[in-house]
Amino acid sequence: MTLSEETLVELKEIAARYPEPRSGLLPMLHLVQSVEGRITPEGIEACAEILGITAADVSGVATFYTMYKRRPVGDYHVGVCTNTLCAVMGGDAIFERLQDHLGVGNDETTDDAPGLRSITLEHVECNAACDYAPVMMANWEFMDNMTPESAVQLVDDLRAGNEVRSTRGPRIVTWREAERVLAGFPDDLADDGPAAGPASLVGLGIARERGWTAPHPETDSGSGRTADTKQEAVEQADTARAETETKQEDSDA
Amino acid sequence: MPDTLTPVLTDNWGDDRAWTLAAYTERGGYGALDKAFAMDPAAVIETVKESGLRGRGGAGFPTGMKWGFIPQDNPRPKYLVVNADESEPGTCKDIPLMMASPHTLVEGVIISSYAIRANKAFIYIRGEVLHVVRRVQRAVQEAYLAGHLGKDIHGSGYDLDVVVHAGAGAYICGEETALLEGLEGRRGQPRLRPPFPAVAGLYASPTVINNVESIASVPSIVANGHGWFASMGTEKSKGFGIFSLSGHVRRPGQYEAPLGITLRTLIDLAGGMREGHELKFWTPGGSSTPLLTAEHLDIPLDFEGVGAAGSMLGTRALQIFDDTTCVVRATLRWTEFYKHESCGKCTPCREGTWWLVQVLSALEKGQGSESDLDLLLDQCDNILGRSFCALADGAVSPITSSIQYFRDEYVAHLTEGGCPFDPARSTAWAGQEVLA
Repeated sequence: MTLSEETLVELKEIAARYPEPRSGLLPMLHLVQSVEGRITPEGIEACAEILGITAADVSGVATFYTMYKRRPVGDYHVGVCTNTLCAVMGGDAIFERLQDHLGVGNDETTDDAPGLRSITLEHVECNAACDYAPVMMANWEFMDNMTPESAVQLVDDLRAGNEVRSTRGPRIVTWREAERVLAGFPDDLADDGPAAGPASLVGLGIARERGWTAPHPETDSGSGRTADTKQEAVEQADTARAETETKQEDSDA
Repeated sequence: MPDTLTPVLTDNWGDDRAWTLAAYTERGGYGALDKAFAMDPAAVIETVKESGLRGRGGAGFPTGMKWGFIPQDNPRPKYLVVNADESEPGTCKDIPLMMASPHTLVEGVIISSYAIRANKAFIYIRGEVLHVVRRVQRAVQEAYLAGHLGKDIHGSGYDLDVVVHAGAGAYICGEETALLEGLEGRRGQPRLRPPFPAVAGLYASPTVINNVESIASVPSIVANGHGWFASMGTEKSKGFGIFSLSGHVRRPGQYEAPLGITLRTLIDLAGGMREGHELKFWTPGGSSTPLLTAEHLDIPLDFEGVGAAGSMLGTRALQIFDDTTCVVRATLRWTEFYKHESCGKCTPCREGTWWLVQVLSALEKGQGSESDLDLLLDQCDNILGRSFCALADGAVSPITSSIQYFRDEYVAHLTEGGCPFDPARSTAWAGQEVLA
């Protein structure tokens, strides 16, 4: 099945955002997923043609990034963080329970069942929400402080088509709709949900309680300059790597 | 002496609809922009240099100096790229910042781009945070409509366009040259340096790549002065930073404080460890920074203090584990992560991380012998420093440090024929059934 004219126009629109069109490839592949439900050979061909590169180039990119799926994704993508901190805090137990409950393994999709939406289950790496561990992602929306029970409730609600809201965001849209936003075509949900979840505000709350603030701007203790030369800066910086590089660069010079 | 906590970046996170332009402007947002436009770009760079701001993405390289490396006589366009690919395990500061106050970032992008004379900037956000992408897209759109972006901004004659770019799932793209590859529509594999991005970065043009928190700190420095910023922090680690506490403390969350605060103070603010448990090990700045223990509760959390303790400040991602946690399990899981995320370009990393997982998995199951610990350390020695980027260096950190501090626990897996810990006791809900 070839892509619609409308999709081709949008793919070109993405490429045109950048000084060099190929920069659009990642969002273009997100758009392919939103219309095709996965990365299809047709989608790869279309991107290649628009960008004037080979299908092999596009495939190389599509297979490198983990959000691109070669097999059809369900209506909802459900991720469970099993990187160390979340795993220890219960992510492993949650992932195990969901595999049992849904009858699927990692990166597998539930069978079509009458009246039920499908779910692709995957264990994911750290999603930058460790203060809300254990964390799950529903179509890449945060589901914070999960338990095996709340995880089962979440997937049951998603399957039944009940409205589910992110703990720090809007109602969960479908995976395809989410992919469209990632392609750079915003929906109208930016204003939904809070500015911050409770854990994000803990330090601020304590500071307010105790009257702690940053100093008043009048304070001036002179220069804060910590390094005057590149060499000095590199030696202070935390990367041994940068250090060797700079020394190398200097010796080349 | 500044207060223990100094909310600057987090100060407006609790405001009603903090993410909107209206809320941000209400508390003086975009005011620093006019102050910057009244200065020569070189003077803005000088201000940031004088402030002592060091990169908040982990390495701690002086931000102003990085900007100063952009060759202004190079005829090619200059670019600013914001690294919003926050993926280092334990790190969770940039995501809440962009969710709560994306305009702080956008204002920082405009001032920073002006300073390095770039007319195009990119915000590369990891794809796995949909609502954050939405909020930043909306903030950029609002900034255009309000005349903070586009042509002749605030009548200054300065033009800037910003593109919000969503990644697609690759830890490696947090490495700046891999990020550039991703932004150029290629596989995210790091480039050999030199040339450094300042000379030949995006499209082989002069490019500055900065972490979200670094760029977001710029408006406050311009607004309040470099002396104000430098009045916080320690001698060589100036200013404030967001410290992210996670794991077995009572109140995990974000704590913004001057650099140099100690973990003891932070845990105290967080209400202590979980009831009935003690601190066992922690990461100061994500999983790529060597583990520390209860011995290190009083080291100043600045670049020098953590470095002197044998680790790195990194991203101030303080993952806290108590005595119920098996360090071998934790280390194995991080190692599996690095194996999964290795981009495959360099052999020591691609093959090495695979072998590390093999040896560690066997040890975790209680198989093998004590000499396998030496084998592991030998493998680490052959991986460290032998690849293009720091991913593999990060991969060996949890292994070497956990063997250094907890060799006995590895041995216990062998003598007991498996893991002596019950993972159920480490979970967030452990013990609650009993209490209920």
